[in-house]
Amino acid sequence: MTGYIEKIREIAARLLTDGTVEMVIGFRKGTVPMMNEPFFVKNPLEVATLVWDSNCGINLANYLTDRKEKIAVLAKGCDSRNIVTHIIENKIKREQLYIIGVPCKGMIDRQRIAGRVDGEILKVVEAEERVVVSGRGFEKTFDKADVLQANCRLCIHRNPVLYDELAAELVSEQQDVDRYVEERRIEAMDVQQRWAYFDELLASCIRCYACRNACPLCYCPTCFVDESRPQWVGKSIDPIDTRTFHFLRAYHCAGRCTDCGACERACPVGINMRVFTKKLEKDCLELYGWEAGMSLDQRPPLDTYKVDDPEIFIK
Amino acid sequence: MAHMGVEPDRIQLSWVSSAESNKFVEVVKDVTASIKALGPNRNFVKTLAKVA
Repeated sequence: MTGYIEKIREIAARLLTDGTVEMVIGFRKGTVPMMNEPFFVKNPLEVATLVWDSNCGINLANYLTDRKEKIAVLAKGCDSRNIVTHIIENKIKREQLYIIGVPCKGMIDRQRIAGRVDGEILKVVEAEERVVVSGRGFEKTFDKADVLQANCRLCIHRNPVLYDELAAELVSEQQDVDRYVEERRIEAMDVQQRWAYFDELLASCIRCYACRNACPLCYCPTCFVDESRPQWVGKSIDPIDTRTFHFLRAYHCAGRCTDCGACERACPVGINMRVFTKKLEKDCLELYGWEAGMSLDQRPPLDTYKVDDPEIFIK
Repeated sequence: MAHMGVEPDRIQLSWVSSAESNKFVEVVKDVTASIKALGPNRNFVKTLAKVA
């Protein structure tokens, strides 16, 4: 995927020079390896700072909320679906956007890599399907497929669904992916086991809200957790307050989550956050045949009524 | 919610029109009975001491 860089820079320079857009949102190298950061380019001379590799997991749709200018934005499959969701929810207008589609082959999970080497990682080089990680006194090569983010391994929409221009050829989608193994495992448990499962899952949560901040769906001006009048949820790190926060956060993503993995990626203590949203995603697919962000013409299941909507949960 | 370990009967959803007084009474009776059968919700008790 590193081969995309030249093309991305060329498109960005062209759009900024001819005045099609006022700003390009992409990535630049972070200060430490495997931590590329979002970069807002306004000056065509700065396009050389743009990069693309397998560390661009942050969802750029998050930076489009309520923007007023004309923007070009780089979009992987998941980003593009979140951009669609943003447009449907009136957080930005389609006309304001020039979407540069970036077919994606998956992003790497830096925590997974860090867990498999001894010492601090100082340099990471990618070549095709390999990732070479090195630091003081060690060098290790990984197959990219082994160190992908969990959501990327299960991804079935690698190509952007909406774009004005592509930065590379479309890639082939992964076939025969069983997306809901873990969900079925949890469904098979009884209620106490499930409670215990989620207790354990959240035991290390420090309520830093990084998951919320990284999520492109979380754009409320004041989040329910920050409200104090009325205070919807306790602010302590009492396990039940933490759990209430995660319950509510997940529900706010119902029918909107694209499983981009931004929450999980942002989590400093490595909680598998997607367990919450995946169940809702699965239900949306099974009950309403809905996958979020696939088309601008379809209204989400939660804001439409159809005569054949399932009502098994209404007593 | 049941998926995340809350007892299935603890949360119930019903659709009652303002004209359906009988149904409303039925629903209230049913919900009350099923919740009483479940007993107090001990999962949602705070364990940490309250500060400030």
